[in-house]
Amino acid sequence: MQSTRGLILRRRTSNVVSKLLGIAATGFGLSWLIWILIVTLLNGARALSPRIFTEMTPPPGADGGLANALVGSTLMSVLGVLIGAPLGIAAGTYLAEFAERRPVWRESIRFVNDILLSAPSIVLGLFVYTVLVRQVGHFSGISGALALALIVLPVVVRTTDETLRLVPNMMREAALSLGIPRWKVTVQVLYRAALPGILTGVLLGLARITGETAPLLFTALNNQFWSPNLNGPTASVPVVIFQFAMSPYDAWHSLAWAGAFVVTMVVLVLSVGARAFLLKNRMDSNA
Amino acid sequence: MGPAITRDRSASETRQDALFRWMLFGSAALVLVVLGAAALSMLWGGRQAFQTFGWRFILSDEWDPVGRHFGAFVPIYGTLVSSAIAMLIAVPVSFGIALFLTEIAPNWLQAPIAAAVELLAGIPSIIYGMWGLFSFVPFMSGHVLPWINDHLGPVPWLGALFRGPPLGIGMLTAGIVLGIMVIPFISSVMRDVFRTVPASLKESAYALGSTTWEVVWKVVLPYTRSAVVGGIFLGLGRALGETMAVTFVLGNAHQLSASLLMPGNSIAATIANEFTEADSDIYLSSLIALGFLLFVVTLIVLAIARLMLSNLARREGR
Repeated sequence: MQSTRGLILRRRTSNVVSKLLGIAATGFGLSWLIWILIVTLLNGARALSPRIFTEMTPPPGADGGLANALVGSTLMSVLGVLIGAPLGIAAGTYLAEFAERRPVWRESIRFVNDILLSAPSIVLGLFVYTVLVRQVGHFSGISGALALALIVLPVVVRTTDETLRLVPNMMREAALSLGIPRWKVTVQVLYRAALPGILTGVLLGLARITGETAPLLFTALNNQFWSPNLNGPTASVPVVIFQFAMSPYDAWHSLAWAGAFVVTMVVLVLSVGARAFLLKNRMDSNA
Repeated sequence: MGPAITRDRSASETRQDALFRWMLFGSAALVLVVLGAAALSMLWGGRQAFQTFGWRFILSDEWDPVGRHFGAFVPIYGTLVSSAIAMLIAVPVSFGIALFLTEIAPNWLQAPIAAAVELLAGIPSIIYGMWGLFSFVPFMSGHVLPWINDHLGPVPWLGALFRGPPLGIGMLTAGIVLGIMVIPFISSVMRDVFRTVPASLKESAYALGSTTWEVVWKVVLPYTRSAVVGGIFLGLGRALGETMAVTFVLGNAHQLSASLLMPGNSIAATIANEFTEADSDIYLSSLIALGFLLFVVTLIVLAIARLMLSNLARREGR
């Protein structure tokens, strides 16, 4: 009798303790998020001024802004998405629509793509460095954009593949039965149905490369001056943050915080926006 | 005339279809090409280092740019140790979060909490690095490390890990930051796979009088074991290759020390810090060779992760 009560007590205690630990773990995880966001937004807001958007990155000790880095980041990110997204959409379409007769081939591409999705971005930067920068002989914004495209690629492949697989077969059959060629079915019917999902993937890819630093170190390098020419070294906000935050100068630290603020806001808006967009579209189509 | 036009049209449509299919096929093949070419190009770029130093490149701890002698033991050690610390923190916390999200939290709370945890994964690495350097490092050196020095330092054997000047920058700090960064990846995999456990299994256990904890520990976890391990390896793959955050808080010191409080180096941080300073071919080649090693190790870890995860997907489809 006594031992039964003891057993029950022990089981109840371990149950309550495990639940408390689960709650504590969640609190622990979320507290970092709050800490990081508060530090970044407070310091960033303090450092923010209109000059950030109009003046160039300064030499040590002087005042300045981030205009060249913002432009460089925007150009390289947009170019990266323009290169990576179409290739990703095409590859994802192949996996979902055109590979049914080669399951082994299809699964191995999916497998490799999943690996590429989590592969260290620094390695992709080194890859572009060895095959492009080294052969051409100089750093350039174009090679930076290519490295970013390699990061966008697997994200878009995966989302396109998954979204297309969700499109009901009835649509394909209805379109094909009208005698429409397959490429037209894909482009005009399936893509239209899958557009929200594909667009979400592209936005998530863009969010991912917005704060990407490591691959740009070996490809776009940095540039202290105004330089819209992507064939030469190009400044980007993350690389400038890296350089300025590691420096001993207060004015540079302040600019780094301003850059961190801008990058964080853009990433948050993009990733939250992409998910909200997808959610809204799913609800609309369910309604 | 009619049939001829139809035939022309169907012939041209067949051609267009074939062209379209080949374009898609080429893009899909590109995924394979990128992975293979990345590995090969780095092996090629690092061949000089591999040929010159041989096994000593991995085993020697002498990293001397002036004497042009490069041994990567220190960064390899740093990568492994900081990732190990990260996993020690991230695995239990992620399990707790997954437990909370699947068994404890009320329905209305699940989606917002899950979204907030995923947001941690969205924050760029460089932001972790800046926050780490300006906020977390002072916190560690001011509050955490003195306490660790006083309380864990005197412990026999293990104490050696926790003795040292409270610089803030070092292996332990880097490991903790890495741990935070991989929590969202591991916890979201765990949560997803916990959800795949058939309700009938869990309810059977509840009907026998099990507590929530017993159901999770004795039913849910055994059922999802391989996928949980897959999720952990996925996090490990991330931790091994993480660059910018580690570069900020690890200290970039090519020295080996038993203490986790001392600055160290990691493969990714070494490459990021020293790449633009590489002034000789052998220096550059050594850094690219480091990248190759990192790539191969993460590929193996990630491949194991995907295999373990696909086991569950297959069983689910049964």
